[in-house]
Amino acid sequence: MRRSRQIKLQVFRGIVFLVMGAFFLVPIAAMFEFSTRGNSVTAPRTLVAWTNIFKTPDLVDAITASLELAVITSVAMLVLLLPTMVWVRLRLPSLHRVVEFLCLLPITIPAIALVVGIFPINRWMRINISDSILMLSFFYVILVMPYSYRALDAGLAAIDIKTLSEAARSLGAGWSTVMLRVIVPNMSSAILNASLLSVAVVLGEYTFANLLTYENLQVAIAYVGLVSAGTSIAVAVASLLFAFVLLMILSFVGRPRERMARAEEPIVPK
Amino acid sequence: MSSSEAREARAGVEVRLENLQRRYAATTALNGLSLTMAPGELVALLGPSGCGKTTALRLLAGLEEADSGRVIIAGRDVTNVPANRRDVGMVFQAYSLFPHMTARQNVEFGLQLHKVGPGERRERAGEVLELVGLSAHANKFAHQMSGGQQQRVALARALAIRPKVLLLDEPLSALDAKVRSRLRDEIRRVQLEVGITTLFVTHDQEEALAIADRVGVMQAGKLEQLGPPMEIYSRPATPFVAEFVGLTNRIPGEVKFGSVEVRGTQLPLVQKDVPTGPAVALVRPEAVTITGDGGMSDGPLVGTVIAVAFLGATSRVTVDLGDITVLAQLPTSAAAEHPAGTKVKLALRPDPVLVDIHN
Amino acid sequence: MPLNWLGATPYFAYVGLFLLLPTVLLAVGAFVDKDGHPTLANVTAIGQPYLLKTFVGSTVISLVSALVGAIAGAMLAYAVATGNPRGALRRVVTSAAGVFAQFGGVTLVFAFIATLGTVGLVTVFLKDHGIDIFPNGVWLYEPSGLTLIYTYFQIPLMVLVFLPALDGIRPQWREATESMGGSAWHYWRYVAGPLLAPAFLGSTLLLFANAFSAYATAAVLITQGGVLVPLQISALFTSETGQAQPGLAKALALAMVAIVTIVMLLYTLLQRRTSRWLR
Repeated sequence: MRRSRQIKLQVFRGIVFLVMGAFFLVPIAAMFEFSTRGNSVTAPRTLVAWTNIFKTPDLVDAITASLELAVITSVAMLVLLLPTMVWVRLRLPSLHRVVEFLCLLPITIPAIALVVGIFPINRWMRINISDSILMLSFFYVILVMPYSYRALDAGLAAIDIKTLSEAARSLGAGWSTVMLRVIVPNMSSAILNASLLSVAVVLGEYTFANLLTYENLQVAIAYVGLVSAGTSIAVAVASLLFAFVLLMILSFVGRPRERMARAEEPIVPK
Repeated sequence: MSSSEAREARAGVEVRLENLQRRYAATTALNGLSLTMAPGELVALLGPSGCGKTTALRLLAGLEEADSGRVIIAGRDVTNVPANRRDVGMVFQAYSLFPHMTARQNVEFGLQLHKVGPGERRERAGEVLELVGLSAHANKFAHQMSGGQQQRVALARALAIRPKVLLLDEPLSALDAKVRSRLRDEIRRVQLEVGITTLFVTHDQEEALAIADRVGVMQAGKLEQLGPPMEIYSRPATPFVAEFVGLTNRIPGEVKFGSVEVRGTQLPLVQKDVPTGPAVALVRPEAVTITGDGGMSDGPLVGTVIAVAFLGATSRVTVDLGDITVLAQLPTSAAAEHPAGTKVKLALRPDPVLVDIHN
Repeated sequence: MPLNWLGATPYFAYVGLFLLLPTVLLAVGAFVDKDGHPTLANVTAIGQPYLLKTFVGSTVISLVSALVGAIAGAMLAYAVATGNPRGALRRVVTSAAGVFAQFGGVTLVFAFIATLGTVGLVTVFLKDHGIDIFPNGVWLYEPSGLTLIYTYFQIPLMVLVFLPALDGIRPQWREATESMGGSAWHYWRYVAGPLLAPAFLGSTLLLFANAFSAYATAAVLITQGGVLVPLQISALFTSETGQAQPGLAKALALAMVAIVTIVMLLYTLLQRRTSRWLR
């Protein structure tokens, strides 16, 4: 490339990165700044807003609930998806397209629309099964399906399931052995990815919780924000840091092939 | 049309590269390359990856700028002229056809850029597609054609605008072996017919030797030898050329009194001023002959045939001399008399050889 | 082998119950009135001016944030694509894009309040330097503010979706154009432009669908209902009109699904064209 063109390109890139960097990092910095403000303009920085988090029982309950939901959803998702995907690959290849379509379908249905149809089902469940917030995990499994499916599919594609399972079975392994001791260990990074994605989605979920009148983390942050902006921003920063750490782990763990598949479509905010 | 008759029919231009230097960060890609190409000549730049041959081509094309040196096309100094005003045609290794255009549209594109009218464009595109034998595929897209066909369209596209120089950057490297040799002859046929001065870059010595008027062997940014294929092959100027082009036997010997003694045979030296002492002689397989079966005798050139590789009219015989293995190339009828397992006695033709004193 | 199908039953049962059933309830409920009789009243009710205005509002915000996000995101993607493909900068930016694209809802709104709210960091900074960014009232809590906030996740999404197309542009195409006598303008007008157009358009559509479906951000930011379709739906959940016309929310939801589905279908078609050219 000719030098004059190269210089122009580098200048363009520099400006773009600078402007974009500022646009994306300033709000984050602002959140940190806001959450450490004192009582007046001249008051010193304080962590009062942060310590208040633990003094607000609603917030603590919501954090606990969301973490529990995250774990339950991840586990339920793995239990539902992984055996099914393996089974389809090995025994029902004709269903592959159908399962893929269903797993990716929730991306195209807006959460707000889906929750309208979920509402009566949820009402039935609240009356007949339990009023606990943990009922949300049933619906969250559906919400995380597209992202987890992609991650698991990439992991399955990278290893030859057919050959591995046939080899194991010819050596006398039963299906649970095949799953637990052959397939899962070879997919550990894909499973980790799928789980971390689920956790990120669940922690950031607002729509379902709000409309089905449960108080999860995001709902609680919004609610507390009406009363004490500083505290809720502190929680928001904390949850953001947590999600950031999770997704950073995602980016660096996992084989390159999976990294590319994941990079295609991120989690769509609600 | 023989090569010499063809030379008279050519109407190309002279191309001169004068002392081109190009560095990238810590490496020197080109270290003072000078080359003059006669009108209508096809020069092949041959060498391993990293030798600078592609850099030389790209400097000639104007896609990169030299740190110093000059590029002169048809007497005009184009060193500071950008690529789109140099009037060169370029064929890349792969992926150069625009995927959203048909073959015809690809070929017409350059004409369009030169503001040629639609009627004349169509005619010229048809002409040049006919030249490469792809008129039937004019309305196909790149993904509907094979690699060989794509490269022929790329060639047609480069020639459509009647450039002064044709540049080919390893055009056959991405193709299957069968397609490669056919297409290589096609390219030469077209080049002779059009008579355009051409620079052909490759790492495949067979390609270079088969179609070039002259071959320039390069290493580490410098031209090691420039000459007709026959000369490069049979009279290599340096050990690098001897080993890069064709097969070479490395046989240890001793340099004494201006010649090298190799396993009992005295061979004259190509190089002058080689210091006395041990050296490795570079002997072509064709210079190794079989004088008879080993019989009961023993000697430095007596050994056992390990393998015979049938190459058509000639065969390559691998002989184990105990401490080293030597390749001999003979007419197949002669090689047939000494199948694998038999004992043979070798002789080395008294041609001048190169020696390598660095290993 | 019917026994094999048994293995897939748990999955289909689950998806059937929690995904397909709600969708069916939505589709059916939109065409049923309070007493359970079939009717088109819910659907025709969408034609009312106040609801049409909601759809227009949603469309405008989605369109604007999609366009801004697409253009800015394309520039950022171009800046990334022209750098070292294995460099740290590229990895950092794509990872960051993955993180920021998922940043939305409550946390994002509060981030912007902390930045551009009445006592936000930037607001105060600018005021100290004599610039009042809210001369006509605080627009952060209005549609224009929402659009700005949407671009915060639209731009990274664009980078993630458009970057692969940019990577598919071969340097040989530019060099071939140059050697045939073309300038930069010719290259963009006849080669890169047409090749990237489907990818750009498709990505913009994806951004549009993304913004159109979004709920949480708007719900937390805007207190007046009825500005966007998702807000209208949630308002119906808790209002008296909602109790009287249960099918209306479903009809609105169904309309949303229809719009997003069409957009995503167009996106898929454009993606197919792109992948054929820019593998």
